[in-house]
Amino acid sequence: MEKSVMVIGGGVAGIQASLDLADKGIIVHLVEKTPSIGGRMAQLDKTFPTNDCSICILAPKMADCFSHPNTNVITYAEVVGVEGKAGAFKVKVLKKARYVDESKCTGCGECLEKCPAKVKSEFEMGLANRKAIYMPMMQAVPRVMTIDKEHCMMLTKGKCGNCKKACKREAINYEMKDQILEVEVGAIIVATGFDVWDPTSSTEYGYGRYPNVYTAMEYERQINAAGPTHGHIERRSDKQRPQKMAFIQCVGSRNPQVGHPYCCAVCCMHSTKEAMLAREHHDDMESTIFYKDMRACAKGFWEYIERAKRDYAVRYVNSDATVQENPENHNPIVVYDVGGRQQSEEFDMVVLATTLLPRKETLELAKILGLKADQFGFLESADRILGHGGTAIPGIYLAGYAAGPADIPESVAQGSSAAAKAVETLVQAGV
Amino acid sequence: MADKKTEAMEKPRIGVFVCHCGSNIGGFVDVPTVAEYAKTLPDVVYATDNLYTCAEDGLSNIREGIRKHQLNRVIVASCTPRTHAPLFQATCESAGLNKYMFTFVNIREHCSWVHMKEKEMATKKAKDLIRMGVARARLLEPQEEAKVDVTPASVVVGGGVAGMTAALSMAEMGFPIHLVEKEGELGGFVRNLNNLYVTEKSAGDTIKPLIDKVKANKNITTHLNSTLKSVEGFIGNYDISIGTKGAEDQKHKVGTIVVATGALEYMPEGLYGYNQYPNVVTLTEFEILCKKKTLPKLKNVAFIQCVGSRGQVKSYCSRICCNVAIKNGINIVDNYENMLGLMEKAGTVVDKIPVEKKATDEIMERRRRRRGRERGEEGDAEEVKLGPSEKIEVTIFNRDIMAYGVDHELTYNKAREKRVKFVRYTTDHLPKVYMEGNQLMIAYFHETLKLERTMPVDMVILSTPLVAQPDAGELSQLLKVPLGQEGFFLEAHVKLRPVDFATDGIYVCGTCRGPADITEAATQASAAASRAAIPMAKGYVQAEALTSVVDENKCSGCGTCMQVCPYGALRKNDKGFAEVIVAACKGCGCCGATCPEGAITMTNYTDAQLMAEARAALEEEV
Repeated sequence: MEKSVMVIGGGVAGIQASLDLADKGIIVHLVEKTPSIGGRMAQLDKTFPTNDCSICILAPKMADCFSHPNTNVITYAEVVGVEGKAGAFKVKVLKKARYVDESKCTGCGECLEKCPAKVKSEFEMGLANRKAIYMPMMQAVPRVMTIDKEHCMMLTKGKCGNCKKACKREAINYEMKDQILEVEVGAIIVATGFDVWDPTSSTEYGYGRYPNVYTAMEYERQINAAGPTHGHIERRSDKQRPQKMAFIQCVGSRNPQVGHPYCCAVCCMHSTKEAMLAREHHDDMESTIFYKDMRACAKGFWEYIERAKRDYAVRYVNSDATVQENPENHNPIVVYDVGGRQQSEEFDMVVLATTLLPRKETLELAKILGLKADQFGFLESADRILGHGGTAIPGIYLAGYAAGPADIPESVAQGSSAAAKAVETLVQAGV
Repeated sequence: MADKKTEAMEKPRIGVFVCHCGSNIGGFVDVPTVAEYAKTLPDVVYATDNLYTCAEDGLSNIREGIRKHQLNRVIVASCTPRTHAPLFQATCESAGLNKYMFTFVNIREHCSWVHMKEKEMATKKAKDLIRMGVARARLLEPQEEAKVDVTPASVVVGGGVAGMTAALSMAEMGFPIHLVEKEGELGGFVRNLNNLYVTEKSAGDTIKPLIDKVKANKNITTHLNSTLKSVEGFIGNYDISIGTKGAEDQKHKVGTIVVATGALEYMPEGLYGYNQYPNVVTLTEFEILCKKKTLPKLKNVAFIQCVGSRGQVKSYCSRICCNVAIKNGINIVDNYENMLGLMEKAGTVVDKIPVEKKATDEIMERRRRRRGRERGEEGDAEEVKLGPSEKIEVTIFNRDIMAYGVDHELTYNKAREKRVKFVRYTTDHLPKVYMEGNQLMIAYFHETLKLERTMPVDMVILSTPLVAQPDAGELSQLLKVPLGQEGFFLEAHVKLRPVDFATDGIYVCGTCRGPADITEAATQASAAASRAAIPMAKGYVQAEALTSVVDENKCSGCGTCMQVCPYGALRKNDKGFAEVIVAACKGCGCCGATCPEGAITMTNYTDAQLMAEARAALEEEV
């Protein structure tokens, strides 16, 4: 049998694991649920603590991963079954019909103009619409369209066919069926990443009720030049540019009442970055960050906070905070506490650092693979001290946020680490 | 070589393929006109436009063009080389054309997408860009990529948890490893520690299986009491010499190097009465007292966090100390009596403080807590008075508690449930440690109550940061890899290459690259093992064809280029001239730009080629 490994999840952790394996001459089957690899990192505007453009540093890796002679990138697909053991797993992969022939589509986008459907774009956090035929983002890999069958007029009502008419390459095929692929691999790496918590249920923040309260992920898309507002920060209520920004930390995290007592490990840093970027966009932006503990504790992180204070005039207030609204102008009012005294302050916009959760689907995957998850749904390592990423099942390894809160460099290191463990397994199993 | 010259010296025959990219380019640039214009440029013998040059019919169009028109230069004017250069280069090669005779002109990102509202100007700019491409293409030369063999063996410097993990991982993959440890024993910093957080196992028991596996693995040669004395060579081909105390130096050949030399704890001389008052110790000294079961009798214990870090002496946060302090706080509350011992090593102050031997009465404890809650006394201030006399009191003075992630935060909560007190201080009001008669005291500012307070303590534990090894600088010079801020090794890219150095073949993991806990260090170590295994598993590295070239007739041997090269890719040859190590060179051009003699050029980015391109841009002629 060929030396091969399956990587589940095409975010930065999965991409790194795939590249490390493929570069060693091992065949990699990378299974990604959505139409494109890239994961959460592709949605971020910039990355701390260097303020590198996120997609600019990720896109080359996405392209390398896809075009590597040893990788087989299977997008729009899910793992539905597994048998066997380390050295000889048989994995069943459901490849969903995308109704577009991947070998013919060049991603030119001529079909997009003709599609009549309007669907909230998942990639843009619902701040913009996409069509029923779509690429999730401009830099999608593979660069091919996908038809979302829930919203396609042709597939739901049998009327339309505009995209097929528009496609000069005859790539559209409404008859396409889901496929089950069977793949034999020696080891499996799970890197299914995280989801963003919806703060609507925590009414003290007013999200969903007050128009000018945003989640951090929505804000990341707003400030991105390729995002729905082309990088212009604007309020939902009046499309005006805010000037006084509030960032509230630990929304839904470090909070046992909503079931997430843990710290999500990245929000202090991303809020600081977001406050800095506001100032980079406009000199008169004033940002305040309301925090419990400023957890800036990896390489260069504390220095980054100091820089935010010194060069970007970011103000840090050590307090819990809740949000009310001035009904006249829809300005959010942040209520907080200094030295035991309640204060309130009006802002133009509030950004909530909502907690990050392991994906619900990861639990289903865990069942299929026989992996254990902790009470929050993070996949568990068998040896929590020296063997992070090694599971109770030989031959199955973890990387990235699915195995517990981690930032980008940690996820990358874990991707490489899982690759090393997978190679050890292949060597030991004599594959 | 003969081929290379003939191909270059032949009269250029250039083919230009202009792409519509659907409507991405075609919607804003008049592509057929641009293709017609391309035909008028010197040495262009064929030009055409494609709807999609990257689709199979577009690619076969290129292949046919090369055969039919004997093209020896190909230009594609389309999207971005980031994603598509490899595809078009491979297409040229499949038709027998050296891939370095291909030129990419980006008329999408650089033109149509940014000039969507100015179609005429966009068309003009596309012409300009193609004219520049033609000017450069005429002067291109075919290049060969050298393959360099890699010795499938590695040396790991440092025998702590990170070094051992990296060595073991590569050994399990089948590579012979030299593990070099300065001390007489494996284990590194962890040998000092009592227990490790998230587990109640002793630190020694936790790492013993790892040490045993390293010792038992036949692929690992462990060199104790040893250092790396010299390193010569480049990726795949390092000649190293290992010096061992009381033995002759050993010479070995390895393909890769992993740096895992660890860190030390900062000694807070002059801070908070350290070395001035008895019973003021560092976090690690406290661990040693616990581990040796030599704790004095204690009733009030205070931890001070961020001693010497986050701007006090060092700029950075040391990441691990909050969680280590929390772990020790819990240990003191739960397990203090098991760690008690003779007091000779830890001072004498606590003599007169009676420790009541009463076992904890759980019911009393619960009642006491409930009383406290009923009075709304969740805060720390009152709690000091309310504390049960039979219990030891632990207070952690902190700036921010860095209990990131799941386990640390839950442990932090557990510590609070166990009545470990957390008192925040700011840099405006640092706590003070002083003596009042024979009594060690702490004065602090209560941030909520806005009041100065004092409390008697029996021991003060200072959480100081991990600091770089004093000999990190020496090793960095030996390996020609950089140190970053505060003396920790600097990785190639903070986000995406956390365990690589910019120099190929050398990798870094563990606390020598910055504070990390044992789990993170072990993860980085197996990541470094994965990275180092790539060239070793392949058995060769493909050298860049676009590298710098030294003209020995012009070189004065000044060595400036060696200093600026970020990849350690230049050395002096026997004649005293600079020489490029092709396997290590990335073609970045730093040396060429710096050379005072103008002796260094970059292949296919020669002055002549770049000047021709610039002239074409400015003068509208080729």
